[in-house]
Amino acid sequence: MQRAVIHPHPIPPGSISQTMAAGQNPVPHPHTVATEVRNLCKIYNAGTSRAHEALKDFNLAIRANEFFTLLGPSGCGKTTLLRILGGFEPLTSGICRIFGDDVSVLPPEARPVNTVFQQYALFPHMTVRSNIAFGLEMLGKPRAEIERTVEKMLDLVHMTEYADRKPDTMSGGQRQRVALARALAPQPKLLLLDEPLSALDLKLRQKMRLELKSLQRETGITFVFVTHDQEEALAMSDRVAVISNGCLQQVGTPEDIYEQPQSRFVADFIGESNLIDARVARFSGCEAILDIAGFDQVHADVAQDLAHGQPVSLSIRPERLVLSAGEGEGRGLATVFDRTYLGNAVEYHLRAGDHALTARSPRGGLRGRQDFAPGDTVHIAFEPGSIKVLLS
Amino acid sequence: MSTARMRDLRTFSGFGLLSVGCAVFLYAPIVFLTLYSFNDGRSVSQWTGFSFRWYQTVFANQNIQTAAVNSLLIAVTAATIATVLALGAAIATVNRRSKSGGEGAYVVLTFPLMVPEIVTAVASLVFFVAVGISLGFVTILLAHIVFCIPFAYLPIKARLEGMDETLPSAAADLYASPAKAFVRITLPLLVPGLLSGWLLAFIISLDDFIITALVAGPGATTLPLHIYGMLRLGMTPEVNAISTLMLAASTALVLLSGLLGQAGRKH
Repeated sequence: MQRAVIHPHPIPPGSISQTMAAGQNPVPHPHTVATEVRNLCKIYNAGTSRAHEALKDFNLAIRANEFFTLLGPSGCGKTTLLRILGGFEPLTSGICRIFGDDVSVLPPEARPVNTVFQQYALFPHMTVRSNIAFGLEMLGKPRAEIERTVEKMLDLVHMTEYADRKPDTMSGGQRQRVALARALAPQPKLLLLDEPLSALDLKLRQKMRLELKSLQRETGITFVFVTHDQEEALAMSDRVAVISNGCLQQVGTPEDIYEQPQSRFVADFIGESNLIDARVARFSGCEAILDIAGFDQVHADVAQDLAHGQPVSLSIRPERLVLSAGEGEGRGLATVFDRTYLGNAVEYHLRAGDHALTARSPRGGLRGRQDFAPGDTVHIAFEPGSIKVLLS
Repeated sequence: MSTARMRDLRTFSGFGLLSVGCAVFLYAPIVFLTLYSFNDGRSVSQWTGFSFRWYQTVFANQNIQTAAVNSLLIAVTAATIATVLALGAAIATVNRRSKSGGEGAYVVLTFPLMVPEIVTAVASLVFFVAVGISLGFVTILLAHIVFCIPFAYLPIKARLEGMDETLPSAAADLYASPAKAFVRITLPLLVPGLLSGWLLAFIISLDDFIITALVAGPGATTLPLHIYGMLRLGMTPEVNAISTLMLAASTALVLLSGLLGQAGRKH
């Protein structure tokens, strides 16, 4: 096994401060690939009866200077991928590159990568200052430079006044900041974050989202963030990869992922979706007319080729279902069987033939909007352009 | 009168008396022993006056001193070697990645605690004779190292299991080689466990009698063996004086161990 350390400094020491203070990007080309995995397979307990394929022929490229999120339900393989990038887990087959270098067989200490662990993993016998200095000491940096960088990092995460405290005397949010400073201090080429916000309460979590995002901008380091919380992923990321069952489902900007889901899984996992079975009645170029049992025919823009009579799924967001009591504009009739008050909106659970649908309306009953009660019969219409046609 | 009321155990009648009785039963012999070590006369049951003469006798006795030095030398060496071996065993058995084999190793390591000491003693003796090592200082030391290992192992294992398993990963992530991660992170965090393991092994070794008696041979002697020899010639307060000194040493060590344990818990 190779032990050569790839030094995580693309720039000479000392210039760290200037680049950070100026908020510049130390990585020159915005579309350089920061890390990529090719044909990556990971099988746990290979060759035994408990063998489990965590990642299946996985391909992904993450660009330099990107806030990239790996999103998926627990057990989908996102943490395994992060651990493979960090060097904590050997890969079964495939290749893993960081800024062009093949790091597939390198141990964690030889990779220009730092990690913020889920439970922070701060060294309990060391002060905040020594925790942050640890990585720089291991890299053999001169004392003066270490001290300078540690002060910068303390300042960056607003922890200067806690510098001489031990981690167990601090709150979760403070420990989180120290863990960030410790991981950022050696100027890694890649920062891995393993669900770092999951141990914090809601208010703090929302605050840390903003802080993380601005830290990423300030430092210009590529962040790879793992979470199962889609709201977190949509709020912070430049791009998101949705993973399910060891397979990549979709990669794109938060808008892409939310507005243009490409599979039933993504439509269902990101936000909420009504998934309706339908059949292609007519298809011409980029528009399709679809039959839905119990509803009028609907039009939808499609990007893929469809065949006449082909079964598909339609995805419609609850906020894009329009409910009305009047006649005429409806696409179908439904019965309200539950009404849930959400504060800023009202959610209606509807039954239309075999379909169970959810509609969300901002403040039902107010500002002229009609409110409905369980038992009411309503007309449902789909907002123009709200229907996504999914093949799988 | 409500019978369902919660009652503190201490409000039962006779609780105080029972407590005092237990304390007397536990400590009266030790108090007596300590008291009579300061007796002026030769009797261990009749008080004739206060003096340090038996302590002076102890410190003047060449044989006692040789036995004490032997005991300390053996206890320190055996505890140290056993702790190092137990540390290795703990690191090897507390491996969270693969659970297989850990249980078996644990049983093998701690089984000697369940074996009657006389069996271990006879087994050690037979083994040394069979292999052809002449009985003496070396055989006592070897036997002590062996029976100290499980005592040193348990506190170290407990400490290691209580340690956050991601800490060594975090050290590796921050460019520490496995050796550096061990020295800078794992070892400092294990110090309280290592110290309690060492102290436990030290005390067990210091007052061992049965195994030592069988493997000592004619030449070497330890303090417990010497005291037993003295008793056969008749009780004098000299025995009380040695015992009191050993009691003071053990108490000091136990207190030290407790203080270190408290310091360790603060982490």
